[in-house]
Amino acid sequence: MTTTYAVLSEGLEKRFGAVHALRGLDLAVAEGTVCGLLGPNGAGKTTAVRLLTTLLRPDAGSARVAGCDLVREAAAVRRRIGVTGQYASVDGDLTGRENLRLFARLHRVRGPAARADELLTRFGLAEAADRRASTYSGGMRRRLDLAASLIRRPDVLFLDEPTTGLDPASRARIRQAVRELKADGTTVLLTTQYLEEADQLADDIALVDRGRVAHTGTPAGLKALIGSYAEAVVADAGALTRAAAVLDRLTGREPVFDRERNAVGAVTTDPTLTLPRLVRELDASGVPLLDAGIRPPTLDDVFLRLTGESTDSKERVA
Amino acid sequence: MSALAHDGAAMTGRQLRRVRNNPGLAILTQLMPVNMLLFFGYVFGSALAMPGREYRSFLMPGLLVATAAGGLMTGMFQAAQDTHRGVTDRFRSMPVSRAAVPLGQAVADLVVTGLGTVPLLLAGLAVGWRIEGSAAGAAGAVGLLLLFRFACTCAGILLGLLTRSEEAAGQLGASSFVLPLLSNAYIPTDDLPGWLRTLAEWNPISAVTTALRDLFGNAPVPADAAWPVAHPVAGSLAWCLVLTAVFLPLAVVRYTRAE
Repeated sequence: MTTTYAVLSEGLEKRFGAVHALRGLDLAVAEGTVCGLLGPNGAGKTTAVRLLTTLLRPDAGSARVAGCDLVREAAAVRRRIGVTGQYASVDGDLTGRENLRLFARLHRVRGPAARADELLTRFGLAEAADRRASTYSGGMRRRLDLAASLIRRPDVLFLDEPTTGLDPASRARIRQAVRELKADGTTVLLTTQYLEEADQLADDIALVDRGRVAHTGTPAGLKALIGSYAEAVVADAGALTRAAAVLDRLTGREPVFDRERNAVGAVTTDPTLTLPRLVRELDASGVPLLDAGIRPPTLDDVFLRLTGESTDSKERVA
Repeated sequence: MSALAHDGAAMTGRQLRRVRNNPGLAILTQLMPVNMLLFFGYVFGSALAMPGREYRSFLMPGLLVATAAGGLMTGMFQAAQDTHRGVTDRFRSMPVSRAAVPLGQAVADLVVTGLGTVPLLLAGLAVGWRIEGSAAGAAGAVGLLLLFRFACTCAGILLGLLTRSEEAAGQLGASSFVLPLLSNAYIPTDDLPGWLRTLAEWNPISAVTTALRDLFGNAPVPADAAWPVAHPVAGSLAWCLVLTAVFLPLAVVRYTRAE
Protein backbone atom coordinates (compact mmCIF):
# COMPACT_ATOMS: atom_id res chain seq x y z
CA MET A 1 0.00 0.00 0.00
CA THR A 2 1.42 3.38 -0.90
CA THR A 3 1.20 6.27 1.51
CA THR A 4 -0.98 9.18 0.49
CA TYR A 5 0.31 12.52 1.62
CA ALA A 6 -2.07 15.21 2.80
CA VAL A 7 0.75 17.72 2.66
CA LEU A 8 3.72 17.30 0.38
CA SER A 9 6.07 20.19 -0.24
CA GLU A 10 9.31 20.41 -2.17
CA GLY A 11 11.83 23.19 -1.89
CA LEU A 12 9.42 25.87 -0.67
CA GLU A 13 11.18 29.21 -0.45
CA LYS A 14 10.02 32.55 0.83
CA ARG A 15 11.84 35.83 1.28
CA PHE A 16 10.64 38.95 3.02
CA GLY A 17 13.04 41.61 1.81
CA ALA A 18 16.41 40.72 3.27
CA VAL A 19 15.01 37.93 5.45
CA HIS A 20 15.14 34.48 3.91
CA ALA A 21 12.33 32.93 5.97
CA LEU A 22 12.12 29.59 4.15
CA ARG A 23 15.13 28.13 2.36
CA GLY A 24 13.73 25.03 0.70
CA LEU A 25 11.19 23.40 2.96
CA ASP A 26 10.57 19.73 2.20
CA LEU A 27 7.71 18.30 4.16
CA ALA A 28 5.64 15.15 3.85
CA VAL A 29 2.64 14.59 6.09
CA ALA A 30 0.85 11.27 5.62
CA GLU A 31 -2.93 11.34 5.47
CA GLY A 32 -4.64 10.87 8.81
CA THR A 33 -1.56 11.63 10.90
CA VAL A 34 -0.60 14.50 13.17
CA CYS A 35 2.64 16.20 12.23
CA GLY A 36 4.33 18.61 14.61
CA LEU A 37 6.45 21.38 13.14
CA LEU A 38 8.82 22.09 15.97
CA GLY A 39 11.18 25.00 16.15
CA PRO A 40 12.12 28.18 17.96
CA ASN A 41 10.76 31.63 17.12
CA GLY A 42 11.95 32.77 13.74
CA ALA A 43 12.66 29.27 12.42
CA GLY A 44 10.03 29.64 9.69
CA LYS A 45 7.15 27.62 11.16
CA THR A 46 4.53 30.32 10.76
CA THR A 47 5.74 31.23 7.29
CA ALA A 48 5.45 27.55 6.33
CA VAL A 49 1.85 27.42 7.55
CA ARG A 50 0.97 30.70 5.84
CA LEU A 51 2.32 29.34 2.57
CA LEU A 52 0.57 25.99 2.90
CA THR A 53 -2.76 27.70 3.64
CA THR A 54 -2.53 29.95 0.53
CA LEU A 55 -2.06 33.12 2.56
CA LEU A 56 1.40 33.63 1.09
CA ARG A 57 2.70 32.73 -2.34
CA PRO A 58 5.97 30.79 -2.48
CA ASP A 59 8.95 32.39 -4.25
CA ALA A 60 10.11 28.94 -5.33
CA GLY A 61 9.21 25.30 -4.85
CA SER A 62 5.86 23.56 -4.99
CA ALA A 63 3.40 21.85 -2.72
CA ARG A 64 0.24 19.82 -2.80
CA VAL A 65 -2.25 20.12 0.02
CA ALA A 66 -5.16 17.67 0.21
CA GLY A 67 -4.30 16.58 -3.30
CA CYS A 68 -4.44 20.05 -4.85
CA ASP A 69 -1.64 22.24 -6.12
CA LEU A 70 -1.06 25.08 -3.71
CA VAL A 71 -0.70 27.83 -6.32
CA ARG A 72 -2.68 26.65 -9.34
CA GLU A 73 -5.60 25.21 -7.34
CA ALA A 74 -5.58 27.61 -4.41
CA ALA A 75 -9.38 27.83 -4.33
CA ALA A 76 -9.70 24.04 -4.11
CA VAL A 77 -7.11 23.96 -1.32
CA ARG A 78 -9.14 26.53 0.62
CA ARG A 79 -12.22 24.32 0.42
CA ARG A 80 -10.31 21.43 2.01
CA ILE A 81 -8.39 23.05 4.82
CA GLY A 82 -9.01 24.65 8.18
CA VAL A 83 -6.67 27.19 9.74
CA THR A 84 -6.22 28.35 13.29
CA GLY A 85 -3.39 30.63 14.15
CA GLN A 86 -2.29 33.89 15.62
CA TYR A 87 -3.18 35.56 12.34
CA ALA A 88 -6.33 33.70 11.18
CA SER A 89 -8.70 34.95 13.79
CA VAL A 90 -12.38 35.41 14.49
CA ASP A 91 -14.17 38.75 14.56
CA GLY A 92 -14.12 40.21 18.07
CA ASP A 93 -17.09 42.47 17.36
CA LEU A 94 -19.33 39.50 16.61
CA THR A 95 -20.61 37.03 19.18
CA GLY A 96 -19.32 33.48 19.17
CA ARG A 97 -22.55 32.31 17.55
CA GLU A 98 -22.51 35.05 14.90
CA ASN A 99 -18.92 34.21 14.02
CA LEU A 100 -19.62 30.52 13.50
CA ARG A 101 -22.82 31.17 11.56
CA LEU A 102 -20.95 33.56 9.28
CA PHE A 103 -18.19 31.04 8.61
CA ALA A 104 -20.78 28.28 8.09
CA ARG A 105 -22.59 30.42 5.52
CA LEU A 106 -19.34 31.21 3.74
CA HIS A 107 -18.51 27.49 3.66
CA ARG A 108 -21.98 26.80 2.17
CA VAL A 109 -22.81 24.49 5.06
CA ARG A 110 -26.43 23.31 5.08
CA GLY A 111 -28.15 24.58 8.21
CA PRO A 112 -25.48 27.05 9.32
CA ALA A 113 -27.29 27.82 12.58
CA ALA A 114 -27.45 24.17 13.63
CA ARG A 115 -23.79 23.61 12.75
CA ALA A 116 -22.81 26.68 14.78
CA ASP A 117 -24.76 25.44 17.81
CA GLU A 118 -23.24 21.98 17.51
CA LEU A 119 -19.70 23.38 17.55
CA LEU A 120 -20.47 25.81 20.37
CA THR A 121 -21.63 22.93 22.52
CA ARG A 122 -18.73 20.71 21.55
CA PHE A 123 -16.18 23.36 22.55
CA GLY A 124 -17.93 24.38 25.76
CA LEU A 125 -18.96 27.78 24.46
CA ALA A 126 -22.74 27.39 24.54
CA GLU A 127 -23.13 29.67 27.55
CA ALA A 128 -20.93 32.38 26.09
CA ALA A 129 -22.42 32.01 22.62
CA ASP A 130 -24.16 35.38 22.62
CA ARG A 131 -21.31 37.40 24.05
CA ARG A 132 -18.95 39.31 21.81
CA ALA A 133 -15.81 37.29 21.10
CA SER A 134 -13.67 40.23 22.26
CA THR A 135 -14.91 39.56 25.81
CA TYR A 136 -13.73 35.93 25.74
CA SER A 137 -10.75 34.70 27.75
CA GLY A 138 -7.68 33.53 25.86
CA GLY A 139 -8.71 29.90 26.13
CA MET A 140 -12.29 30.51 25.00
CA ARG A 141 -11.06 32.59 22.11
CA ARG A 142 -8.72 29.84 20.96
CA ARG A 143 -11.52 27.28 21.21
CA LEU A 144 -13.73 29.52 19.09
CA ASP A 145 -10.88 29.84 16.59
CA LEU A 146 -10.60 26.08 16.48
CA ALA A 147 -14.36 25.65 16.09
CA ALA A 148 -14.28 28.17 13.23
CA SER A 149 -11.66 26.15 11.40
CA LEU A 150 -13.71 22.95 11.79
CA ILE A 151 -16.93 24.33 10.29
CA ARG A 152 -16.70 22.16 7.20
CA ARG A 153 -14.71 19.18 8.61
CA PRO A 154 -11.43 19.96 6.86
CA ASP A 155 -9.26 17.27 5.26
CA VAL A 156 -6.19 19.03 6.60
CA LEU A 157 -6.20 21.20 9.68
CA PHE A 158 -3.41 23.70 10.30
CA LEU A 159 -2.87 24.78 13.88
CA ASP A 160 -0.25 27.46 14.40
CA GLU A 161 0.88 27.40 18.01
CA PRO A 162 -2.58 26.42 19.22
CA THR A 163 -1.74 26.42 22.92
CA THR A 164 0.82 29.22 23.24
CA GLY A 165 -0.10 31.54 26.07
CA LEU A 166 -2.93 29.36 27.41
CA ASP A 167 -3.41 28.13 30.96
CA PRO A 168 -2.94 24.38 31.58
CA ALA A 169 -6.67 23.57 31.57
CA SER A 170 -7.29 25.32 28.24
CA ARG A 171 -4.17 23.71 26.85
CA ALA A 172 -5.42 20.25 27.82
CA ARG A 173 -8.76 21.00 26.20
CA ILE A 174 -7.21 22.01 22.89
CA ARG A 175 -4.97 18.95 22.96
CA GLN A 176 -7.96 16.71 23.59
CA ALA A 177 -9.71 18.26 20.60
CA VAL A 178 -6.69 17.50 18.41
CA ARG A 179 -6.76 13.86 19.52
CA GLU A 180 -10.45 13.60 18.66
CA LEU A 181 -9.83 15.10 15.24
CA LYS A 182 -7.10 12.61 14.56
CA ALA A 183 -9.41 9.80 15.61
CA ASP A 184 -11.90 11.11 13.02
CA GLY A 185 -9.23 10.82 10.35
CA THR A 186 -8.36 14.49 9.95
CA THR A 187 -4.76 15.21 9.06
CA VAL A 188 -3.32 17.81 11.42
CA LEU A 189 -0.25 19.95 10.92
CA LEU A 190 0.57 21.82 14.09
CA THR A 191 3.42 24.14 14.95
CA THR A 192 4.69 24.37 18.46
CA GLN A 193 7.61 25.52 20.53
CA TYR A 194 6.94 22.84 23.12
CA LEU A 195 8.65 19.51 22.68
CA GLU A 196 6.29 18.03 25.22
CA GLU A 197 3.27 19.09 23.17
CA ALA A 198 4.65 17.59 19.99
CA ASP A 199 5.50 14.49 21.98
CA GLN A 200 1.91 14.14 23.22
CA LEU A 201 0.11 14.88 19.98
CA ALA A 202 2.28 14.21 16.99
CA ASP A 203 2.92 10.96 15.14
CA ASP A 204 5.85 12.62 13.45
CA ILE A 205 7.94 15.63 14.22
CA ALA A 206 9.64 17.85 11.69
CA LEU A 207 12.28 19.99 13.28
CA VAL A 208 12.45 23.36 11.55
CA ASP A 209 15.64 25.33 11.71
CA ARG A 210 16.51 28.45 9.72
CA GLY A 211 13.86 27.85 7.08
CA ARG A 212 14.53 24.17 6.47
CA VAL A 213 13.44 20.87 7.94
CA ALA A 214 16.54 19.89 9.87
CA HIS A 215 15.32 16.53 11.08
CA THR A 216 12.23 14.34 10.93
CA GLY A 217 11.23 11.41 13.06
CA THR A 218 8.86 10.10 15.66
CA PRO A 219 8.80 11.81 19.07
CA ALA A 220 10.25 8.69 20.70
CA GLY A 221 13.02 8.52 18.15
CA LEU A 222 13.84 12.17 18.64
CA LYS A 223 13.95 11.83 22.39
CA ALA A 224 16.11 8.70 22.23
CA LEU A 225 18.45 10.57 19.96
CA ILE A 226 18.73 13.54 22.27
CA GLY A 227 18.63 11.80 25.61
CA SER A 228 17.63 13.18 28.98
CA TYR A 229 19.52 15.57 31.16
CA ALA A 230 20.82 14.30 34.50
CA GLU A 231 21.53 17.11 36.91
CA ALA A 232 22.81 17.59 40.46
CA VAL A 233 22.49 20.75 42.56
CA VAL A 234 25.05 20.84 45.38
CA ALA A 235 25.28 22.73 48.67
CA ASP A 236 28.66 24.37 48.09
CA ALA A 237 30.64 25.20 44.96
CA GLY A 238 33.57 23.12 46.14
CA ALA A 239 31.57 19.93 45.62
CA LEU A 240 30.79 20.66 41.95
CA THR A 241 33.90 18.91 40.62
CA ARG A 242 33.13 15.79 42.60
CA ALA A 243 29.53 15.74 41.33
CA ALA A 244 30.81 16.31 37.80
CA ALA A 245 33.11 13.31 38.11
CA VAL A 246 30.18 11.11 39.11
CA LEU A 247 28.05 12.36 36.22
CA ASP A 248 30.93 11.88 33.81
CA ARG A 249 31.30 8.28 34.97
CA LEU A 250 27.56 7.53 34.77
CA THR A 251 26.82 9.16 31.43
CA GLY A 252 30.11 9.08 29.64
CA ARG A 253 29.45 12.63 28.49
CA GLU A 254 31.13 15.93 29.24
CA PRO A 255 29.32 17.57 32.20
CA VAL A 256 28.00 21.11 31.84
CA PHE A 257 28.30 23.53 34.79
CA ASP A 258 25.74 26.08 35.87
CA ARG A 259 27.78 27.89 38.53
CA GLU A 260 25.08 30.42 39.39
CA ARG A 261 22.89 27.62 40.67
CA ASN A 262 25.77 25.41 41.90
CA ALA A 263 24.52 22.82 39.44
CA VAL A 264 26.16 20.41 37.06
CA GLY A 265 24.53 18.11 34.54
CA ALA A 266 25.12 15.82 31.61
CA VAL A 267 23.12 14.31 28.78
CA THR A 268 22.25 10.63 29.06
CA THR A 269 20.60 8.14 26.75
CA ASP A 270 21.04 5.28 29.23
CA PRO A 271 17.62 3.97 30.31
CA THR A 272 19.13 2.33 33.41
CA LEU A 273 20.20 5.71 34.78
CA THR A 274 17.16 6.33 36.95
CA LEU A 275 16.71 9.03 39.55
CA PRO A 276 17.23 6.68 42.56
CA ARG A 277 20.44 5.39 41.04
CA LEU A 278 21.70 8.90 40.33
CA VAL A 279 21.01 9.98 43.90
CA ARG A 280 22.63 6.85 45.36
CA GLU A 281 25.78 7.25 43.32
CA LEU A 282 26.12 10.96 44.14
CA ASP A 283 25.48 10.26 47.82
CA ALA A 284 28.00 7.42 47.89
CA SER A 285 30.66 9.83 46.59
CA GLY A 286 29.93 12.17 49.49
CA VAL A 287 28.45 14.95 47.36
CA PRO A 288 26.41 17.33 49.58
CA LEU A 289 23.31 17.06 47.40
CA LEU A 290 20.53 19.67 47.54
CA ASP A 291 18.56 18.47 44.56
CA ALA A 292 18.90 16.05 41.69
CA GLY A 293 16.85 15.25 38.66
CA ILE A 294 16.62 13.55 35.31
CA ARG A 295 14.58 15.75 33.07
CA PRO A 296 13.42 14.94 29.56
CA PRO A 297 15.10 16.92 26.80
CA THR A 298 13.80 20.41 26.13
CA LEU A 299 13.51 22.04 22.76
CA ASP A 300 16.75 23.79 23.53
CA ASP A 301 18.48 20.45 24.11
CA VAL A 302 17.13 19.18 20.81
CA PHE A 303 18.46 22.18 18.99
CA LEU A 304 21.82 22.12 20.73
CA ARG A 305 22.22 18.51 19.79
CA LEU A 306 20.93 18.61 16.22
CA THR A 307 21.98 22.04 15.03
CA GLY A 308 24.74 22.93 17.47
CA GLU A 309 22.93 26.13 18.34
CA SER A 310 20.74 27.09 21.22
CA THR A 311 17.27 28.49 20.62
CA ASP A 312 18.20 31.56 22.70
CA SER A 313 20.91 32.63 20.31
CA LYS A 314 18.44 32.16 17.45
CA GLU A 315 15.87 34.41 18.99
CA ARG A 316 18.40 37.19 19.13
CA VAL A 317 19.15 36.70 15.44
CA ALA A 318 15.46 36.53 14.53
CA MET B 1 -21.47 35.93 -9.85
CA SER B 2 -23.90 34.13 -7.57
CA ALA B 3 -20.96 33.25 -5.31
CA LEU B 4 -20.15 36.94 -5.10
CA ALA B 5 -23.76 37.80 -4.27
CA HIS B 6 -23.96 35.06 -1.62
CA ASP B 7 -20.63 35.88 0.04
CA GLY B 8 -21.11 39.61 -0.39
CA ALA B 9 -24.47 39.38 1.40
CA ALA B 10 -22.85 37.38 4.22
CA MET B 11 -20.09 39.98 4.53
CA THR B 12 -22.56 42.85 4.49
CA GLY B 13 -24.48 41.10 7.26
CA ARG B 14 -21.27 40.72 9.22
CA GLN B 15 -20.45 44.44 9.07
CA LEU B 16 -24.01 45.40 10.02
CA ARG B 17 -23.91 43.05 13.03
CA ARG B 18 -20.60 44.53 14.09
CA VAL B 19 -22.12 48.01 14.16
CA ARG B 20 -25.18 46.72 16.02
CA ASN B 21 -23.01 44.95 18.61
CA ASN B 22 -20.68 47.88 19.04
CA PRO B 23 -22.60 51.02 18.10
CA GLY B 24 -20.45 53.50 20.04
CA LEU B 25 -17.94 54.31 17.32
CA ALA B 26 -20.62 54.63 14.64
CA ILE B 27 -22.66 56.99 16.82
CA LEU B 28 -19.66 59.16 17.64
CA THR B 29 -18.69 59.29 13.97
CA GLN B 30 -22.17 60.43 13.01
CA LEU B 31 -22.48 63.01 15.79
CA MET B 32 -19.30 64.76 14.68
CA PRO B 33 -20.86 66.56 11.68
CA VAL B 34 -23.80 67.68 13.85
CA ASN B 35 -21.32 69.39 16.17
CA MET B 36 -19.56 70.89 13.21
CA LEU B 37 -22.82 72.23 11.85
CA LEU B 38 -23.42 74.09 15.11
CA PHE B 39 -19.83 75.35 15.49
CA PHE B 40 -19.26 76.33 11.88
CA GLY B 41 -22.80 77.52 11.35
CA TYR B 42 -22.84 79.89 14.29
CA VAL B 43 -19.17 80.67 15.07
CA PHE B 44 -17.65 80.89 11.59
CA GLY B 45 -20.93 81.99 10.10
CA SER B 46 -20.86 85.14 12.22
CA ALA B 47 -17.45 86.10 10.82
CA LEU B 48 -18.33 85.60 7.16
CA ALA B 49 -19.87 88.10 4.78
CA MET B 50 -22.85 85.77 4.27
CA PRO B 51 -25.77 86.24 6.68
CA GLY B 52 -26.07 83.42 9.24
CA ARG B 53 -28.98 81.46 7.84
CA GLU B 54 -27.74 81.79 4.31
CA TYR B 55 -24.34 80.46 5.44
CA ARG B 56 -25.91 77.50 7.21
CA SER B 57 -27.78 76.59 4.02
CA PHE B 58 -24.49 76.92 2.13
CA LEU B 59 -22.69 74.87 4.77
CA MET B 60 -25.16 71.99 5.02
CA PRO B 61 -24.37 70.35 1.61
CA GLY B 62 -20.67 70.83 2.36
CA LEU B 63 -21.03 68.98 5.66
CA LEU B 64 -22.97 66.18 4.01
CA VAL B 65 -20.21 65.72 1.46
CA ALA B 66 -17.45 66.05 4.06
CA THR B 67 -19.20 63.33 6.06
CA ALA B 68 -19.41 61.16 2.95
CA ALA B 69 -15.68 61.74 2.40
CA GLY B 70 -15.25 60.30 5.89
CA GLY B 71 -15.79 56.94 4.17
CA LEU B 72 -12.10 57.19 3.44
CA MET B 73 -11.37 57.13 7.16
CA THR B 74 -13.99 54.53 8.14
CA GLY B 75 -13.11 52.23 5.25
CA MET B 76 -9.44 52.46 6.02
CA PHE B 77 -9.85 51.91 9.72
CA GLN B 78 -12.09 48.86 9.35
CA ALA B 79 -9.92 47.24 6.71
CA ALA B 80 -6.75 47.88 8.72
CA GLN B 81 -8.40 46.55 11.86
CA ASP B 82 -9.50 43.37 10.11
CA THR B 83 -6.04 42.86 8.67
CA HIS B 84 -4.30 43.65 11.93
CA ARG B 85 -6.51 41.33 13.95
CA GLY B 86 -6.22 38.45 11.53
CA VAL B 87 -9.86 38.44 10.40
CA THR B 88 -8.85 39.23 6.81
CA ASP B 89 -6.54 36.21 6.74
CA ARG B 90 -9.27 33.98 8.10
CA PHE B 91 -11.44 34.97 5.15
CA ARG B 92 -8.53 34.67 2.74
CA SER B 93 -7.90 31.10 3.90
CA MET B 94 -11.54 30.23 3.20
CA PRO B 95 -13.33 29.59 -0.09
CA VAL B 96 -14.81 33.09 -0.15
CA SER B 97 -15.39 35.06 -3.35
CA ARG B 98 -12.40 37.41 -3.51
CA ALA B 99 -14.38 40.58 -4.17
CA ALA B 100 -16.97 39.82 -1.49
CA VAL B 101 -14.98 41.08 1.48
CA PRO B 102 -14.20 44.61 0.23
CA LEU B 103 -17.61 44.89 -1.48
CA GLY B 104 -19.52 43.66 1.58
CA GLN B 105 -17.74 46.22 3.70
CA ALA B 106 -18.52 49.06 1.28
CA VAL B 107 -22.19 48.08 0.92
CA ALA B 108 -22.72 47.72 4.67
CA ASP B 109 -21.07 51.10 5.09
CA LEU B 110 -23.67 52.63 2.77
CA VAL B 111 -26.48 51.26 4.91
CA VAL B 112 -24.90 52.54 8.12
CA THR B 113 -24.15 55.94 6.61
CA GLY B 114 -27.62 56.20 5.14
CA LEU B 115 -29.14 55.77 8.59
CA GLY B 116 -26.38 57.75 10.27
CA THR B 117 -26.97 60.85 8.15
CA VAL B 118 -30.53 61.26 9.44
CA PRO B 119 -29.44 63.14 12.61
CA LEU B 120 -27.40 65.57 10.52
CA LEU B 121 -30.35 66.18 8.20
CA LEU B 122 -32.65 66.83 11.16
CA ALA B 123 -30.09 69.17 12.73
CA GLY B 124 -29.80 70.97 9.40
CA LEU B 125 -33.56 71.44 9.22
CA ALA B 126 -33.50 72.74 12.79
CA VAL B 127 -30.98 75.46 11.96
CA GLY B 128 -32.85 76.64 8.90
CA TRP B 129 -31.57 74.53 6.02
CA ARG B 130 -34.29 73.55 3.54
CA ILE B 131 -34.62 71.57 0.35
CA GLU B 132 -35.32 74.50 -1.93
CA GLY B 133 -35.26 72.58 -5.20
CA SER B 134 -37.38 69.81 -6.71
CA ALA B 135 -37.97 66.38 -5.13
CA ALA B 136 -36.24 64.78 -8.11
CA GLY B 137 -33.27 67.05 -7.54
CA ALA B 138 -33.15 66.11 -3.87
CA ALA B 139 -33.33 62.42 -4.73
CA GLY B 140 -30.50 62.93 -7.20
CA ALA B 141 -28.49 64.67 -4.48
CA VAL B 142 -28.92 61.72 -2.13
CA GLY B 143 -27.93 59.29 -4.88
CA LEU B 144 -24.83 61.31 -5.65
CA LEU B 145 -23.93 61.45 -1.99
CA LEU B 146 -24.14 57.65 -1.69
CA LEU B 147 -22.09 57.15 -4.85
CA PHE B 148 -19.44 59.47 -3.47
CA ARG B 149 -19.44 57.70 -0.12
CA PHE B 150 -19.00 54.36 -1.89
CA ALA B 151 -16.06 55.68 -3.90
CA CYS B 152 -14.40 57.11 -0.77
CA THR B 153 -14.92 53.86 1.15
CA CYS B 154 -13.30 51.86 -1.66
CA ALA B 155 -10.27 54.16 -1.54
CA GLY B 156 -10.21 53.80 2.24
CA ILE B 157 -10.35 50.00 2.09
CA LEU B 158 -7.36 49.93 -0.25
CA LEU B 159 -5.40 52.22 2.08
CA GLY B 160 -6.41 50.13 5.08
CA LEU B 161 -5.25 46.92 3.41
CA LEU B 162 -1.96 48.64 2.62
CA THR B 163 -1.30 50.14 6.06
CA ARG B 164 -2.39 46.98 7.96
CA SER B 165 -1.92 48.66 11.34
CA GLU B 166 -4.83 50.04 13.33
CA GLU B 167 -2.68 52.79 14.80
CA ALA B 168 -1.36 53.99 11.44
CA ALA B 169 -4.87 53.90 9.96
CA GLY B 170 -6.19 55.88 12.92
CA GLN B 171 -3.53 58.57 12.49
CA LEU B 172 -3.91 58.74 8.74
CA GLY B 173 -7.70 58.79 9.08
CA ALA B 174 -7.61 61.60 11.60
CA SER B 175 -5.52 63.71 9.24
CA SER B 176 -8.05 63.20 6.43
CA PHE B 177 -10.23 65.89 8.02
CA VAL B 178 -8.14 68.48 6.13
CA LEU B 179 -9.50 67.25 2.79
CA PRO B 180 -12.80 69.16 3.04
CA LEU B 181 -10.88 72.20 4.32
CA LEU B 182 -9.18 72.32 0.94
CA SER B 183 -12.48 72.56 -0.91
CA ASN B 184 -15.57 74.71 -1.14
CA ALA B 185 -17.39 72.60 1.49
CA TYR B 186 -17.13 75.21 4.27
CA ILE B 187 -16.20 78.40 2.42
CA PRO B 188 -16.66 79.82 -1.08
CA THR B 189 -13.48 79.38 -3.14
CA ASP B 190 -13.92 82.62 -5.16
CA ASP B 191 -11.63 84.65 -2.93
CA LEU B 192 -8.81 82.08 -2.60
CA PRO B 193 -5.48 82.91 -4.28
CA GLY B 194 -5.29 81.50 -7.82
CA TRP B 195 -3.33 78.27 -7.32
CA LEU B 196 -5.11 77.39 -4.08
CA ARG B 197 -8.44 78.00 -5.74
CA THR B 198 -7.49 75.66 -8.61
CA LEU B 199 -6.41 73.02 -6.13
CA ALA B 200 -9.61 73.37 -4.10
CA GLU B 201 -11.85 73.24 -7.15
CA TRP B 202 -10.21 70.08 -8.46
CA ASN B 203 -10.85 68.46 -5.08
CA PRO B 204 -13.67 65.96 -5.72
CA ILE B 205 -15.39 67.23 -2.57
CA SER B 206 -15.91 70.62 -4.26
CA ALA B 207 -17.67 69.17 -7.29
CA VAL B 208 -19.99 67.01 -5.20
CA THR B 209 -20.70 69.86 -2.76
CA THR B 210 -21.56 72.21 -5.62
CA ALA B 211 -23.80 69.55 -7.15
CA LEU B 212 -25.66 69.14 -3.85
CA ARG B 213 -26.07 72.91 -3.45
CA ASP B 214 -27.44 73.02 -6.98
CA LEU B 215 -29.75 69.98 -6.62
CA PHE B 216 -31.05 71.03 -3.19
CA GLY B 217 -31.43 74.60 -4.51
CA ASN B 218 -29.28 76.01 -1.69
CA ALA B 219 -26.74 78.02 -3.67
CA PRO B 220 -26.01 78.78 -7.35
CA VAL B 221 -23.20 77.18 -9.32
CA PRO B 222 -20.17 79.53 -9.42
CA ALA B 223 -19.77 80.75 -12.98
CA ASP B 224 -16.03 80.92 -13.56
CA ALA B 225 -14.93 77.82 -11.58
CA ALA B 226 -12.88 74.86 -12.80
CA TRP B 227 -14.74 72.35 -15.00
CA PRO B 228 -15.87 69.81 -12.32
CA VAL B 229 -17.34 72.63 -10.22
CA ALA B 230 -18.77 74.58 -13.16
CA HIS B 231 -20.52 71.37 -14.33
CA PRO B 232 -21.13 69.93 -10.88
CA VAL B 233 -23.45 66.98 -11.60
CA ALA B 234 -21.43 65.68 -14.55
CA GLY B 235 -18.24 66.51 -12.67
CA SER B 236 -19.36 64.64 -9.57
CA LEU B 237 -20.48 61.59 -11.51
CA ALA B 238 -17.15 61.57 -13.31
CA TRP B 239 -15.24 61.81 -10.04
CA CYS B 240 -17.28 58.99 -8.44
CA LEU B 241 -16.84 56.74 -11.45
CA VAL B 242 -13.12 57.40 -11.74
CA LEU B 243 -12.46 56.92 -8.03
CA THR B 244 -14.51 53.72 -7.87
CA ALA B 245 -13.05 52.36 -11.11
CA VAL B 246 -9.55 52.92 -9.77
CA PHE B 247 -9.84 52.00 -6.11
CA LEU B 248 -12.36 49.14 -6.04
CA PRO B 249 -10.37 46.86 -8.38
CA LEU B 250 -7.15 47.79 -6.59
CA ALA B 251 -8.71 46.96 -3.23
CA VAL B 252 -9.94 43.60 -4.54
CA VAL B 253 -6.55 42.81 -6.05
CA ARG B 254 -4.77 43.85 -2.89
CA TYR B 255 -7.12 41.67 -0.85
CA THR B 256 -6.74 38.71 -3.20
CA ARG B 257 -3.03 38.82 -3.78
CA ALA B 258 -1.01 36.48 -1.68
CA GLU B 259 2.32 38.16 -1.02
